[in-house]
Amino acid sequence: MEPLIVSSSPHVYSEDTTARIMRDVVLALLPAAAVAVYFFGGRAALIMAISVLSAVMTEAVVQKLMKKPVTVNDWSAAVTGLMLAFNLPPTVPLWLPAVGSAIAIALVKQAFGGLGHNFMNPALAARAILLAAWPVYMTTWADPIRVAMSAAAADAISSATPLAILKGMEGTEAQLPPLWAIILGNTRGCLGETSDVALLLGAVYLLWRRVINWRIPFSFIGTVALLTWILGPQGLFTGNAIYHIFSGGLILGAFYMATDYSSSPVTPKGQIIMGIGCGIITSIIRVYGGYPEGVTYSILLMNVAAPLIDRFTMPRIYGEVRADV
Amino acid sequence: MGLKVFGFKGGVHPFHRKESTQDKAVERMQAPKLVYIPLQQHIGAPCEPLVKPGDHVKLGQKIGQPKGFVGAPVHASVSGVVKEIKQVPHPAMGQGLAVVIENDGKDELDEFIVPKDIESLSAEELKDLILEAGIVGMGGAAFPTHVKLSPPKDKNIDVVILNGAECEPYLTADHRLMVENPRDVVDGLKAIMKVLGVKRGYIAIENNKPDAVCVIANAVKSVPGVEVIQLKTKYPQGAEKQLIYAVTGRQVPSGGLPMDVGVVVNNVGTAAAIARAIKTGMPLIERIVTVTGGGVAQPKNLLVRIGTPFKDVVEACGGLLGQPAKVISGGPMMGIAQYTLDVPVIKGTSGILVLTKQEVEMPEPGPCIRCGKCVEACPMRLMPLFISAYALKGDYDRSEKLHAMDCIECGCCSYICPARRPLVQSIRTAKRVITERRRRTASAK
Ligand code: SF4
Ligand code: SF4
Repeated sequence: MEPLIVSSSPHVYSEDTTARIMRDVVLALLPAAAVAVYFFGGRAALIMAISVLSAVMTEAVVQKLMKKPVTVNDWSAAVTGLMLAFNLPPTVPLWLPAVGSAIAIALVKQAFGGLGHNFMNPALAARAILLAAWPVYMTTWADPIRVAMSAAAADAISSATPLAILKGMEGTEAQLPPLWAIILGNTRGCLGETSDVALLLGAVYLLWRRVINWRIPFSFIGTVALLTWILGPQGLFTGNAIYHIFSGGLILGAFYMATDYSSSPVTPKGQIIMGIGCGIITSIIRVYGGYPEGVTYSILLMNVAAPLIDRFTMPRIYGEVRADV
Repeated sequence: MGLKVFGFKGGVHPFHRKESTQDKAVERMQAPKLVYIPLQQHIGAPCEPLVKPGDHVKLGQKIGQPKGFVGAPVHASVSGVVKEIKQVPHPAMGQGLAVVIENDGKDELDEFIVPKDIESLSAEELKDLILEAGIVGMGGAAFPTHVKLSPPKDKNIDVVILNGAECEPYLTADHRLMVENPRDVVDGLKAIMKVLGVKRGYIAIENNKPDAVCVIANAVKSVPGVEVIQLKTKYPQGAEKQLIYAVTGRQVPSGGLPMDVGVVVNNVGTAAAIARAIKTGMPLIERIVTVTGGGVAQPKNLLVRIGTPFKDVVEACGGLLGQPAKVISGGPMMGIAQYTLDVPVIKGTSGILVLTKQEVEMPEPGPCIRCGKCVEACPMRLMPLFISAYALKGDYDRSEKLHAMDCIECGCCSYICPARRPLVQSIRTAKRVITERRRRTASAK
C-alpha cells in the first residue's frame, strides 16, 4: 500500500480558487467587450488584445526578473489588462494600451509585492497615470460606428459625453442622448464603460458566483443616486439620478473596479464604508469638480484608505467582552 | 414544534456527501479476534491498567481506572484473555498504551452488569453511574461526561441541549441513531436533566434530516420541558458555541465555557450511551461508526466494539476500493488524518473516512488575494487572514491580540480560501504557542 497522506484538517476545500475567480471576472467582462467591438469596431478588439497581452507579458517578465514563480496562469494579469482597455477611449493610439498595461502590472502591482499586495487598483492607477501623461489621447472620443442605426440615435449622439452635458459644461440638457442609448452603450465613452446592459449582465454573473458581494457596488451606486439627485443643477432635489447612474464609468467602476480584492476592505462593514465613500467622492467631483467624471479618482482615494477602514471595522467577535477597543 | 429554523452568522456549505449511508440502518459488526483498547481516550492523564497480561476478562469489566477527576474508566469490549499491554498507534494521539485482548467469542458478561431504572435513581447515583460506565462525549473530543455534569455551585444551569446537528460532511452515525433509537436519546436527555436539576431540554437537529426531526419530535411529545429545534444546515452548526447561540441566543463569553451562560451541551450519541448504561448496566464498550468515502466498497453505519482496528472495520464493509489516498478519523472538516489502518476505534470515533485520490485535493497555497471570504465565513467573526499572516511570521503577540485563542478550529476559513492559505493550520500553531507561553508565565509567578 502506498503511504497515506497525512495533513491537518480540513481535508476538503471549496471549488473556488484564485484562478477560477479571475477567470470568472474575464468571463463577466466578455459581453461588454463584445458590445464594445459592435459599437466601436475592430479597433476596440485590437486595443483589448494588446492591453491583455502586454499585461500578461509584463507580469511574466517582471516575475522572471525578480526570480519569483511566474503566475500568469492565475488569470489576474489578464483581468488587469482587460480592465485597463475598458477604461480607454476607442481612439487611443495602439501603443497606449501596451504602455498602460505595463505600468499597471510593473509599477502598481508587482513593485508592491504582486497579487494581493497592491494597495490601488492597478488598471485604475494606470488610467490615472495615462490621463496625466497623455491627456489629449485619453479624452478624444469617437462616435460609435453604429450611429446610423436609427434616425433618433443620429440626432441623439452629440459631440459631448453625457456627463459633460449633465454638468452643464458643454451643450444643453436637450442634447442628452436618450437613456436607452446610454444604457445600451450606443454613446460616447470609454470602450467598456458605455454598455450598462452588458456590464450588468456580467455583474449578475459575478454576484451569482459569489465572486463579488453586493456591499461595495450597491452602496456606491446608491450613494451616487441619492447625492446627484439632491445636489441637482437647478437646486436641491432636481438632479437626474438615473442618468448619473448609467452614464460614465459608474457601473463599471462600482461592480468591477471598486470590488478589486487587494485594494478594498475585507470586513463586511468596511466594504459598505468603501462603497459610500466612493459614492460621495464621485458625486462631489461630478457635481462640483473640474472633471466631468469622478469614478476613477474616488476609487483610488478609497483604495488608499482601505487598510485604515479594515482596522477600524474589525467585526465584533463572538462572545467578546468589550473592555478594550 | 414550530417551523422556525435557527442558525448563526458565518459558516460554509460543503457538499454533504451523506447519501451513501444516510438511509442505511446500523448493522452490528462482529467483534474482532483482537481488540486494542487505549488507556487514554481523550486529553488528560491516561488510565492506570487494572489488568495484566494473562488475566481473563469479562465483557464490560473495568480494565483501566482514571487517575484524576478529569478522566473516565475504560472497559473490556470483549471477553477473553489479556495478551499484552503495549504502545499501539492511536487515532488522536499518534501513539498510546493499550490493553490488547484476545476475544474468546463468548461475550461472557461481567457480574456487575445489572439493569437499572432512571426514575428510581437519585441525581448523585446517576452521575456516579455515568462516571463508572466510562461515558465520554461521543461527538469527537471524548471529554468525560461526568465532568460536564458537575458544574461549580455558583453556575446556574437552566438549559440542556442535545447536539444532533451532525454538520460534518459524510457522517451519518448520529442521524441513524436518532431515527432508529429515539427512545434512548430522549431517556438519556432526561437523565442528564435530572442530574443537573434542569427543567428545559432541547434536541437540536439540522433540517437536512427531516426524518430524524420527525421521529425525535414524536418521541418528545409526552416529555415535559423538552423540545426539538430545527437548525439551518450549514457547517459548523454543531460547534458548541454556534449551537448554543442558535438555540438560546446566548453567547459564551470569550475564554469561557457553556456553563457560564447556563448551558450544558451533550451529543445525542452521548445521551443514548447514558440511557443504555442505565437500562442495561453495560458500560460504554461500543459505538456507531460511519464507514464511508470513495475508498470503501460498501459504505455503512456500523455498531463497533471499542478497540476494533480500523482495518477490520473497513473489511466488514467489503474492504478497500482501490488505493486509499487518505484515511480520516472523524469528518473531513475537523477529523484527523491517519498514517495507518492499524489504529483502533476509540470512544470518540464518529467516522472512518477512506478517501481516494480524486476526493483528496492537495492544496497549493498562493498569495492571499484579500477576497475577504475567510472573514465572512468565520463563525467566531475573527479575521483569519491577519491572524494567520502574523502567525506565519512568528508574531504570535499580534495573533493573540486579534483573538487567535477564540478560534474554534472549525476550518471554515481554510475550506473557503481560494488561495488555499494554510489559515486554520497556522492559527492552530499560534494557539499552541500562546497556550504554552501563558502556562509558563503562570508558573513563573
Ligand atoms: S480567504 Fe484566503 S485569499 Fe481570501 S482573504 Fe482570506 S486568506 Fe486571503
Ligand atoms: S479562524 Fe478559527 S474559528 Fe474562524 S473559521 Fe478559521 S478555524 Fe474557524
